[in-house]
Amino acid sequence: MKLDPHPESWIYPDGQGLYCAPGRFHIDPHRPVERAVVTHGHGDHARPGNARVLATGETVEIMKVRYGEEAGGDLQALPLGEPLTVNDVSVRLAPAGHVLGSAQVVIEHRGQRVVVSGDYKRRRDPTCAGFEPVKCDLFVTEATFGLPVFRHEPDETAMSRLVGSVAANPERCHLVGVYGLGKCQRVIALLREAGYDRPIWLHGALIALCELYERLGVPLGDLRPVMGADKSELAGQIVMAPPGAVRDRWSRRLPDPVSVFASGWMRVRQRARQRGVELPLVLSDHADWDELVQTIDDVEAGEIWVTHGREDALVHHIGTIGRIGRALALIGREDEDD
Amino acid sequence: MHVFAELLDRLAFSPSRNAKLRLMRDYFRSVPDPDRGWALAILAGGLDLKLQVRKAITELMAPRVDPELFRLSRDYVGDTAETVALLWPQADVDAEPPSLSEIVADLDGADAARLTMLLERWLDRLDATGRWALLKLVTGGLRVGVSARLAKTAAANLKPVDVAEVEELWHGIAAPYRELFAWLEDRAEKPDISNRLVFRPLMLAHPLEEGELARLEPGEFSAEWKWDGIRVQLASKAGEVRLFSRTGDEVTGAFPEFGDEIWGDVVLDGELLVVRDGVLAPFNDLQQRLNRKTVSKKMRADYPAHIRLYDILSRGGEDLRSLPLDSRREGLVEWHREHQPGRADLSSLVAFDSFDALERVWSGTRENGIEGLMIKRRASPYLAGRPKGHWYKWKRAPLTVDTVLMYAQRGSGKRSSYYSDFTFGAWREGGDEGAILVPVGKAYFGFTDEELLALDKWVRSNTTERFGPVRAVAPGLVLEVAFDSVHASKRHKSGVAMRFPRIHRIRWDKPAGEADRLETLVAMIEG
Ligand SMILES: [Zn+2]
Ligand SMILES: [Zn+2]
Repeated sequence: MKLDPHPESWIYPDGQGLYCAPGRFHIDPHRPVERAVVTHGHGDHARPGNARVLATGETVEIMKVRYGEEAGGDLQALPLGEPLTVNDVSVRLAPAGHVLGSAQVVIEHRGQRVVVSGDYKRRRDPTCAGFEPVKCDLFVTEATFGLPVFRHEPDETAMSRLVGSVAANPERCHLVGVYGLGKCQRVIALLREAGYDRPIWLHGALIALCELYERLGVPLGDLRPVMGADKSELAGQIVMAPPGAVRDRWSRRLPDPVSVFASGWMRVRQRARQRGVELPLVLSDHADWDELVQTIDDVEAGEIWVTHGREDALVHHIGTIGRIGRALALIGREDEDD
Repeated sequence: MHVFAELLDRLAFSPSRNAKLRLMRDYFRSVPDPDRGWALAILAGGLDLKLQVRKAITELMAPRVDPELFRLSRDYVGDTAETVALLWPQADVDAEPPSLSEIVADLDGADAARLTMLLERWLDRLDATGRWALLKLVTGGLRVGVSARLAKTAAANLKPVDVAEVEELWHGIAAPYRELFAWLEDRAEKPDISNRLVFRPLMLAHPLEEGELARLEPGEFSAEWKWDGIRVQLASKAGEVRLFSRTGDEVTGAFPEFGDEIWGDVVLDGELLVVRDGVLAPFNDLQQRLNRKTVSKKMRADYPAHIRLYDILSRGGEDLRSLPLDSRREGLVEWHREHQPGRADLSSLVAFDSFDALERVWSGTRENGIEGLMIKRRASPYLAGRPKGHWYKWKRAPLTVDTVLMYAQRGSGKRSSYYSDFTFGAWREGGDEGAILVPVGKAYFGFTDEELLALDKWVRSNTTERFGPVRAVAPGLVLEVAFDSVHASKRHKSGVAMRFPRIHRIRWDKPAGEADRLETLVAMIEG
């Protein structure tokens, strides 16, 4: 089926990011623009300094915590599912299941529907709304884990390995390296679901966003700052810190830490070994290969654009199922899940 | 297989020795025979399969994974076995995974077609970690950072007994080691290996501490040279000869010439050397013969192996280890006179009446191939391990050189947040300013914890460039490096290679410009 006019005539990457011409806005621009629709609060998607921003209420709050005054000029919150006319297009946000506030941008124009999914995952996450597949003509997908070797383990398996290791090493502390937005709160929430009710200790850089999650209705239990804690107090405990701090001098205050890292990259041994990880957990906020393939099926789009990650393999796969796949290199996107 | 795969996975990611020991001990404790015995055999390197599975894997993967996706995955992962383990479609049948013993038994004598069939069946029944372990196991590429000795130590910890006792039994028992575990769990007597040709754990020496000689009575000791080779044990009985390394690994295959001699019923302790026409060759020559499974005629002729004998542990079936050293020495001399082996001679004793005299003899000796001087208590029995107060190793005062710190690398395990591996250099003519630094060695010990903190701080505040875990630093810190000897080396840019370099002192006081020059090191090259 041939689309007319082809969406690439009205939605395309320009110098600032993915631009929707009839809506006169960019999606997740990597440089400040007049009007930005932001899918979620991660640094390579939500950048400071845009004149006008449209995003979910949670994403707006996250941007305020992260960027303060610089978050943007006019910050407009759009609830999930509510349609809004922006110039010549209709815009609606659908949950992406990636982190709290994450959304896909559903754009309708001249009878065509384009979905820009941002980052997403398909499995259940106690800290955010689950992904909703939206049937469309053109689907824009990420491909962080776009190789069939990436298959994340079930959350329960990862958590029981972590809790088991804590029990087996009462004199050591477990230092979990996590990204500050999303992964941190999800690991905490999963630990709570697994029945782990002891205090969880936080590096200073993680505290503000955890407080925000709680304020937005995601309970995380007993959280305490590592700063000021006694070294002996931390034996047999779980400590969370940004990945950078794990290998930094900061970690010397901890009792013989077991280095834990929760990420989709941990599926590949060499990646885990490079990081010096002692307990790798294959847990991610990005879709694994099976989820990517499933989603492409679910949205029934005839054409799929692949934005960032390992595009080659996914584009190849899309070809083998008889759809049109295109790699869409967007600058400013980094390998996430680090 | 599932539990064993988990164990291998955890071992591969655990940097510390203690954590590895605990993981293995817990495994041996919770897994029944015969699986745990096969696991011990695998960990101790006794089950080297090295099967050719490349063709089988290609055949099996073709219908399962798109070849382009396989190629992209293989490029990304960098390891075929791991790629296959990750890509293999999870078979959703709840089939019981194969046990380790089942795998070992089925592989025995399997031909190519059967191997393909077996692999397919097992891969379907295992998870990703299990598939990885299986493929690594059959291809002989299992590397989880566990030495044979560490695996035996973990087993010994079950009882617990000293690892030497397990090592002593090792060559007299076979996988899956039921009798070993029965003994370690107090369910049976220690396995009787008196009729088998086995390794007896070696007796080792302590380094002589500063001032320790003054407390020893010279008359109670004898002295002999410590030769610069490889310590070995030769055991022979009924025409069979076996040669073991100091850790009990069998190395008979690499030195077939010893099988040509008549040794009688005996167990000997000595130093493996290369001796050409009665002249001791440098250590480098011996290195040509090490770590080989087979040896060519030419190798044997060019680098003839030889043993210089220190001790005798058993003769004519009689265990001599409880006798005093002096009596064993007599026995050794007598045995040697009787057999006159062409490829073994006696390490001669060094006569002395005072330690001062001994020191004079030593400092006057310039013979090649001497690594140190052994001082042994005449009354000592032959004891396994490193017992205190019996044997002392007197090393020559180390050589030292003042070098300049050039690069520092983050350590591993407990040291992963510290810059603890140091590359240092010496000055050489060149560059715009007349002198440039050339790296001459690397050291990661010799300093105290406090010094490490100070070094780490210095590195962080004097970094000029970063490459991953490595930092280049400005030439501003002098390290006095001690080492045993220095050799000419074509592999190193500097042309020299140090043996056992370690940080002797940190010369915070000394300007980098006053550190030693490369010529100083070159002048110290032996021979
Ligand atoms: Zn993201
Ligand atoms: Zn992203």
